[in-house]
Amino acid sequence: MFNTNTTKYLNMRPLKIVVLAKQVPDTRHVGPDAMKPDGTVNRGKLSTVFNPDDLHALELALNIKDRIPGTEITILTMGPPKAADIIREGYYRGVDFGVMISDRRFGGADTLATSYTLAKGIEKLAPFDLIVGGRQAIDGDTAQVGPQCADKLNLPQVTYVEEILEIKEDEIIARRRLEKGIEVVSAPFPCLMTVHGSSPACRSRHAKRVMKYKYARSATELRSADEFMIDLHTKRPHLTIPEWNVEDINADVEKIGLSGSPTKVKSVENIVLTANEAKLLNDSDADIEMMIKELIEHHTIG
Amino acid sequence: MKSVMVYCEVENQKVADISQELLSAGKRLAQKLGCPLEAMIFGSSLNGIENQIAPFGVDRLFVGNSMRLEPYRTLPHAALASKILKEEDPQIVLFGATSVGRDLAPRLASVLNCGLTADCTILDIGDHLVKKEKKEYKDLLYAIRPAFGGSIMANIINWDMHPQMATVREGVMKKEIFDEHYATEIVEVDVNAVLKEEDFVVKIIDRQIKESGVNLKDAPIIVAGGYGVGSRENFDLLVELAQLLGGEVGGSRAAVDAGFIEHNRQIGQTGTTVRPKLYIAAGISGAIQHTAGMQDASMIISINNDPDAPINKIADYVIHGDLGVVVPKMIKFYKQNAK
Repeated sequence: MFNTNTTKYLNMRPLKIVVLAKQVPDTRHVGPDAMKPDGTVNRGKLSTVFNPDDLHALELALNIKDRIPGTEITILTMGPPKAADIIREGYYRGVDFGVMISDRRFGGADTLATSYTLAKGIEKLAPFDLIVGGRQAIDGDTAQVGPQCADKLNLPQVTYVEEILEIKEDEIIARRRLEKGIEVVSAPFPCLMTVHGSSPACRSRHAKRVMKYKYARSATELRSADEFMIDLHTKRPHLTIPEWNVEDINADVEKIGLSGSPTKVKSVENIVLTANEAKLLNDSDADIEMMIKELIEHHTIG
Repeated sequence: MKSVMVYCEVENQKVADISQELLSAGKRLAQKLGCPLEAMIFGSSLNGIENQIAPFGVDRLFVGNSMRLEPYRTLPHAALASKILKEEDPQIVLFGATSVGRDLAPRLASVLNCGLTADCTILDIGDHLVKKEKKEYKDLLYAIRPAFGGSIMANIINWDMHPQMATVREGVMKKEIFDEHYATEIVEVDVNAVLKEEDFVVKIIDRQIKESGVNLKDAPIIVAGGYGVGSRENFDLLVELAQLLGGEVGGSRAAVDAGFIEHNRQIGQTGTTVRPKLYIAAGISGAIQHTAGMQDASMIISINNDPDAPINKIADYVIHGDLGVVVPKMIKFYKQNAK
C-alpha cells in the first residue's frame, strides 16, 4: 500500500500514533426493542462489534508501524466497561498500549461531548504525531467526531484517508477518497486523520499476541475477577488496562455526557412499511407480458 | 439576527446541486419562521455567482472570493464560515452531507460549541417543552433522520446551544426556484483579513475529480439489483434492461459491497436517494436502509424469489420468480410491444 521505495521510511524517526476506536452496537441486526422509551439506545439488547471503519484506521496505523520500526501505537476508546473488548482486540492485532475512558458520567454524550471527552484523553497521551480514527461509526454514521476532535486539539484534519503515500520528517502525504474522485494532500505533524472504508482491511489477530493479551483486563473487570486473574495482574501489570474517569482526564462535567450534548432526541418513530395492493405475478409469459403492456399503456415505459 | 443560513459548495463557478436543494429547504424554513434566508459561498472567480443562488429566495449572500479558497480545504473555509456565523448568529445553518459538508460542519459545530445533526431527511419547525425547566421553546429546528440502520426515525432538537445545524444528503430535498428575479444583497467577505498562513498548512498535491457519468437522481427509470442478483454477470442482464428502457442501473449496499456494481451507483440511505417514475428492484430484499432511498418512486416492481421479501410490501408489482428468467422475458415482451 505504501510507496514502493520503502527505504525512505527506514530512516524516519518513529512516530507516536493514537488510534481512536469505538465499540458499537451491531446495527446490521437491530430490532425495534433496541430503543428505550427516552429514545436512547438499549445497548443491552444488541450485540457489539469493533466499529468497522475504526478497524481500517487501526490497519493504517499498524502499516506505518511495519514501515517505521519503533513506532508506538496507543488505542483509545470511550465506552462502558464492556468496551475493554476493543483494547484487547487492539492488542491482538498489534498495538502497544490501550487506554479506556470510562465513567457513567460520560453516558448519553452526543458527538460534541464525545469529541470533547476524547480530546481530553488524547491530551493526556501527548506528545503524539498522528491521531487516526474511522471515518464514521455504524451506530450513527455521522462522521463528526473526527473533525470535532481535530478542532478541540487545534490540529489540521485530513478526512476520508484511503492510503498513506509517503511520510517525511515533518509531514505526511495521504490520498483521500471523495465522492467524485480522489485528492492527494500533505499535512504537517501532528495532525488527525479519519480513515475511509475503502482503505485496506485490518489484518487478523496474531496468535502469539492473543496468547499474550487474552488476560488483559480493565480495573473494573478485575474487581469481579477470580484470584488467578488478580494474581496474574500483580505479576504482569502491563495486562491491566488503564481506565480513565472524569477526574483522570481533567474534564469539565458541564461539557460531558448529557449536559455537554446540545442535540437531544425529541421523539422516535418506528418505521413500518405500509402494505399496498401489489399485483402478485409469477414468472409466466402471460403475467410478464400483461405487466409490460400495462406499463406501456400508462406511459411508465416506452 | 434571526435567519436561516446555507453553506453553498461551488467548483469551477458552478454551485452544487445539493446547495441549491438546501437553499430551497432553507427558504421553506425561513418562510415558516418569517425570517430572511442567507447563504455563504467561498471559492474562486465567483463574480456573478449570485445568479445561481438568488432565484432560490436568498436575501443576503456572503461571498468569499479568492484563488486560495478553491478547491475546498477545511481550515480556510472553517475560518471564514465561523467568522460569519459568529457575527450573523443565524438560528439554523444547513450543509450538504457531502465530502465537503461532512468535513466542514462538524469542525464548525465544535468551534461554535453547538449541535449538529447528520444526514437529515426531513427538516421542520416546531416547539418543544423542556419539562425540567418548565419552559416551552418555540420555533426550533426539527432535524429528522433515520437512525439505527434506518429502523427508526429520530427527531433531533437543540434548544440551548445556538445555532442549530444540520446536514442533508443530495437528492433528499426538492429544488425549486422561488423567484427568478429575487433581489439578493451581496456582502463581499474580506478574505485576506480573516485568513492566516496557518489556515493553509494542509496542501493539495493532486486532485482527480470526475463528474460521475452516472446520474441516478434524474433517471426516470432505475433498474436496481441487490445481493440476490448473485454475480456481476447477472448484473449485465439488468444493464441490458435499463438501457432498453432508457434508464440507469443502481444497486443496494449489499450489491456494492459484494462488488457486483460500482459504488457510485448505490441507492439508499448511504448512497443516492432517488424518486424515479419506475423502480425495478431485482433480488433486493428491501432493508430499510435501501427503501429509505427509493420508496418515493412512483411505481415499484419487485422481482424476488422470496415472496416475503420486505420490499414486496411497498411494491406495485411483485413478481415471484428468478430474475434470470423474469428479466429476459421483460426484455422480450418490451421489444414486442413497444411502439
